[in-house]
Amino acid sequence: MSKERKMTLTIPREEYMSPGHLACQGCGASLAMRLALKGLGQKTIVCIPACCWAVIDGPFPHSSLDIPIYHCAFETAASSASGVRAGLDMVGDTETTVLAWAGDGGTFDIGLQALSGAAERNDDIIYTCYDNEAYMNTGIQRSSATPIGAWTTTTPVKHYKKERKKDIIGIMAAHGIPYIATASVAYPEDMVKKFKKAREIKGTRFIHVFAPCPAGWKSRPEDTVKLARLAVQTGYFPLYEIEDGEKWTLNLKVKERKPIAEYLKLQGRFRHLKEEEIALIQQEVDARWARILKHCGL
Amino acid sequence: MKKVIMGNHALSYGAMLSRAQVIAAYPITPQTQVVELLSEMCADGTLNAKFIKVESEHSAMAACLGASLAGARTFTATSAQGLALMHEMLHWASGGRMPVVMGNINRAMAPGWSIWADQNDSLSERDTGWIQFYCSSNQEVLDTVIQAFKVSEKLMIPSMIILDAFALSHTYEVVEIPEQARVDQFLPPFNPPWRLTPADPHAFGGLTSPDHYMELRYKLQKDMEKVPALVEETGKEYEKLFGRYLGQVEEYLCADAELVFVTSGTAGYTARVAVDELRQKGIKAGNLRIKLFRPFPFEKVRAILSRVPKVAVLDRNISYGHHGIFYQEVKSALYGQPSSPLVFGFIAGLGGRDITRDSFQEIAEYTLSKNRAEEEIVWIGVKK
Repeated sequence: MSKERKMTLTIPREEYMSPGHLACQGCGASLAMRLALKGLGQKTIVCIPACCWAVIDGPFPHSSLDIPIYHCAFETAASSASGVRAGLDMVGDTETTVLAWAGDGGTFDIGLQALSGAAERNDDIIYTCYDNEAYMNTGIQRSSATPIGAWTTTTPVKHYKKERKKDIIGIMAAHGIPYIATASVAYPEDMVKKFKKAREIKGTRFIHVFAPCPAGWKSRPEDTVKLARLAVQTGYFPLYEIEDGEKWTLNLKVKERKPIAEYLKLQGRFRHLKEEEIALIQQEVDARWARILKHCGL
Repeated sequence: MKKVIMGNHALSYGAMLSRAQVIAAYPITPQTQVVELLSEMCADGTLNAKFIKVESEHSAMAACLGASLAGARTFTATSAQGLALMHEMLHWASGGRMPVVMGNINRAMAPGWSIWADQNDSLSERDTGWIQFYCSSNQEVLDTVIQAFKVSEKLMIPSMIILDAFALSHTYEVVEIPEQARVDQFLPPFNPPWRLTPADPHAFGGLTSPDHYMELRYKLQKDMEKVPALVEETGKEYEKLFGRYLGQVEEYLCADAELVFVTSGTAGYTARVAVDELRQKGIKAGNLRIKLFRPFPFEKVRAILSRVPKVAVLDRNISYGHHGIFYQEVKSALYGQPSSPLVFGFIAGLGGRDITRDSFQEIAEYTLSKNRAEEEIVWIGVKK
């Protein structure tokens, strides 16, 4: 008889996101916000640039969140958040958490300069990139977060994306900020824990959330969590943390990684890939996994 | 207290006396001294403010807007290319009703690279919904900053305070620095009608359907229309405390004039000297210097110019394919009035070429000798 194990609910019951939002069926980004706010609590102000979430929240005069939102310009998630932080400090509110919440386009591409500026200044904000790997809000155009091999409307099947996904974590780690983490909507306990942890740290914190997009990935809405889980189990999107740019910790040690093909085959955006192309992607995933293990001292 | 300071430092002192709480800025010639002095003031505690040393002007304005929406009084300064980079955020400031006050040093736009005075940078931002003040002395710069905060915060519309590169930004003049306690009496702390706070959560600037958008813009225009009267009222209140009046325009010997120059910025200062010289020669000249450009001071301009036979508008800017921008605006203000003067348009001083007393003599000779302008644009001092 094995030792009795008790399951405890570590995810707060409080909800800061209401039904009635405008997300698509199976949207990873909406699940990400719901979980992030469970970790951060109500004393949070969020800056949302142009991205799916600029729409998901709901049109004026409605909002699906129970926290204040500043809808800011596309490239200004970080700089707006830095301003809000400074403004709050000057009016005597040093408690409220300031969250920048941007998509991969607003983070990897157009907002990268402002993000780098905020990180270099170590401004006291939590910057979250919910990554659905393309410009989904404008109708699935490639971003520098789109993985190699993927179809998008600007990387058509005959000329699918040939470039690798930008290593945003590497870029952020090079800034030496106090806290960086990856998180996945398939691992809610881990994700909520990371947002709670980030809330208690001062300085720039960066959380990269993997958020599947059925509309853009041509996957089934009911497969969103499954895909997010497979991304972790294949080693495509490992769950790890980097503290002060130096201390790497692997949060989920996947003993036997599943083949990347299992993850790719559930998505129409990879349907055109031939076996040898999948093999190349597998090689790349393996190499990245090995690099991360090495960083983590494993 | 009187101090000999440069125009850029007049902006810094204005922001300090207004107790700006958040400053976010990026350096650009010829604005640098504005932010250098402010960062010193923040570092040594003369000014209790957060200075965010951003990586671009775009981020400077973005950070100011975040801070403003959080309830802080915010200030920044820029010039030319920096202002152009901010363009998107200028719309954000007025559309979001965030009363940031910004100094802009008028500098010509590249290419070719120029660091010298010309108004095409700020006038390209004419339609962004910012209040625009053009200054001609360092004292006016300082006084305008303090009054701009009051006007902006009352109407929740941002203000731009504009001074010519070098001719004012780097020119040292005697400036009366008001006492802090008296400025505090004039300008209470910023207390916006709405702000970002978890105690009363709202979403600002979200997706706005055609059912709502137009009303937001209508309200912005309606509040813009209140600016001229408020500038007068605020000016009178300021005058009571400090003895100097700002107002929308500066009228110099226009009452009996046969020819009135319409000017702005430091050229308006030179024009007054030219008017004195012309009057010594027996020519009844006058000068109308436009201080408040947006919103345009229609009533003042109409009242002063409708009784004048000839008007010569001097532009240190050009709208390519049209005319000088002040010329367009003056003609637009006078169109359809029962009595209108003959209006001539002159362009001078682009890219920092000097506008001298002689420039005005040339303008006066042309205007007085003709019954209509022979060219749509009369260029002064250009090598054709």
